[in-house]
Amino acid sequence: MIISKKDVPAFLAGLMGEYRVFAPVKTDTYTGFQQISLGTEAVLDFSNTKIPPKGILFPQSEKLFTYSVAGETVKVEEVIDDAKSVVFGVRPCDAKSIALLDNVFDNDKYQDPYYLTRRANTVLVGIGCNEPASTCFCTSVGCSPFDTTGLDLLLVDTGDAFVVEAVTDKGKAIVTTAGFAPASDADQAAAANAKAAAAVTCKVNTDGLKEKLDVNFYDGIWDLIHEKCLGCGACTYSCPTCHCFDIVDDAVGTDGCRIRNWDSCMFPLFTLHGSGHNPRTSGKERYRNRVMHKFKYFVDNFDAVACVGCGRCINNCPVNLDIREVLADIRGSEARLDK
Amino acid sequence: MDNFTSKIQDAAKKLLADNTVDTFIGYAGGSLPLRSTPCFVRTPADTAKLIWDISCENNLANFIRKKNQKIGVVAKGCDTRSIVALIKENQIDRDKLYIIGVPCTGMVDRNKVEQLLDGKELLEATREGHTLVLKGKGFSKAADIADLLHNSCLACGYPNPVIFDEMLGEPVTPKGNGTFADVAGMEAKSTQERRSFFTGQFSKCIRCYACRNACPMCYCEECFVDCSAPEWIGKTIDPQDSMLFQIGRVFHLAGRCVDCGACERACPMGIDLTLINRKMVKDVKELFGAEAGVSLDDKAALDTFTPDDPQPFLVKE
Repeated sequence: MIISKKDVPAFLAGLMGEYRVFAPVKTDTYTGFQQISLGTEAVLDFSNTKIPPKGILFPQSEKLFTYSVAGETVKVEEVIDDAKSVVFGVRPCDAKSIALLDNVFDNDKYQDPYYLTRRANTVLVGIGCNEPASTCFCTSVGCSPFDTTGLDLLLVDTGDAFVVEAVTDKGKAIVTTAGFAPASDADQAAAANAKAAAAVTCKVNTDGLKEKLDVNFYDGIWDLIHEKCLGCGACTYSCPTCHCFDIVDDAVGTDGCRIRNWDSCMFPLFTLHGSGHNPRTSGKERYRNRVMHKFKYFVDNFDAVACVGCGRCINNCPVNLDIREVLADIRGSEARLDK
Repeated sequence: MDNFTSKIQDAAKKLLADNTVDTFIGYAGGSLPLRSTPCFVRTPADTAKLIWDISCENNLANFIRKKNQKIGVVAKGCDTRSIVALIKENQIDRDKLYIIGVPCTGMVDRNKVEQLLDGKELLEATREGHTLVLKGKGFSKAADIADLLHNSCLACGYPNPVIFDEMLGEPVTPKGNGTFADVAGMEAKSTQERRSFFTGQFSKCIRCYACRNACPMCYCEECFVDCSAPEWIGKTIDPQDSMLFQIGRVFHLAGRCVDCGACERACPMGIDLTLINRKMVKDVKELFGAEAGVSLDDKAALDTFTPDDPQPFLVKE
């Protein structure tokens, strides 16, 4: 199937009756996912968005339930968002990250109704990456510029049009309703060429990294690696796989609500116990946790690294603390492949 | 400007070799074009990593507070103002600090470069005199460096270190004229226009606190936004909460902000933080004739009181 680029706004507008439509939108200083009300708002010529689309399924701040107290009775109302959504323009790395987040919010110990309801009602329409950025290293962490993991539809840019691949039944349903034209052999060949030409030039060697992290919790390298880190959350909040959260109550008088906010292991409040004790007292322990969580704990728990190589933490860090260099330093400086 | 690289390396090498300092903090080349990165050097041999160019934008004063060792540091005008303010607040022991002063002609704002390239990825940047040649896939664009500097650098009145043990070059002429034209422009707007401008800016905020953490003067053991009992401020990304956070920060920095612009440079979302901070800098200067971190000899604005201090914000006089 194929859709001409000039028909994309009409396609998106057509979805709006049934779905909320989210797409990359250009603001004055960056491109980010937003709910759109006009098909023309979606930008098609972007690299990675500033902030990943994970917030559509796992919002930075979300109300879990509201409560009100009257005398002896408490009224609690859960807030479950079950509106149907389409997210258009998801990059394969970000879609892969959502597949990774599924492990966290849906496992044998816990099923998160807030996330899972949104996930079930959301269709992810991806656009493959013909020109991965210089900071993209997806192929080093089990992803690729046209990976369909987590996606319902994949669009392959062939210049004036997108060749459409339906990945799931949810995706097929969208395609059937939209009535895309079939792609010719020439279109298919153009899509195959685009896929073949897409080159991820940045490579990060992760050989032996997990084995090293398994034993180096007390290694002296952690004293040095975090040294320039400011302890802000620019990396974790722009990371598509970071998923730690904090739960707070917001109440006035007898009425209130419980809110779940993104948390960051870089913050002093993270894992601060009620007793006042914090097992992660300084930037050293916090930065170590970030690396360990992505490249060891997540691997132990779910057999995958919690990094999709999108490069956002590299681009957004105010002090250029580059995860590629950090990993190389952990493995041993001779292993640094990309500078 | 770039010839400071070898001077910094030589100076750092000498300081480490004769044990004047235990650690030397400067800049190393970064992993991206137009990026440098703070660098901690502990051996004379490692001084080869040190560089100086138009990307040395981080305020290194952030890294020298409460250190129990002798530190050497590379400092621009704004960095030295932070150092002065921190010494006065008893956060830095002057006797354990060796300052290599570098006169600064301004640092390049990557957001301005990004705007200029309109979304195309920058892969290489080379300096040719006053021109910066920006290259990427299928393009090469020359731009005047003066057009790409941070706003804080364009308004800077103190490009030359105000305190140093060693100065590596001749003083340069300040770019800023001290008029606060940017703030005056905002003051001239109606309350509604100002509210709409700042709401727009703070709706971009993701509460990552890069601004706060990049600020050498924001060193509270517990920031008011991190306090959970009582919770002074909402932790959501409601623009009103984010605005309140910034307003609180500005007030905590009254008479202390040295106008270095580190907050705005650190912001990953490109929020205009200079205006709101410079408004306070302007007020403190106009009302009390005080500028933070300019001299070790004067008293900080919050450290003095005279019965005739103007207080037009308190009662009608």
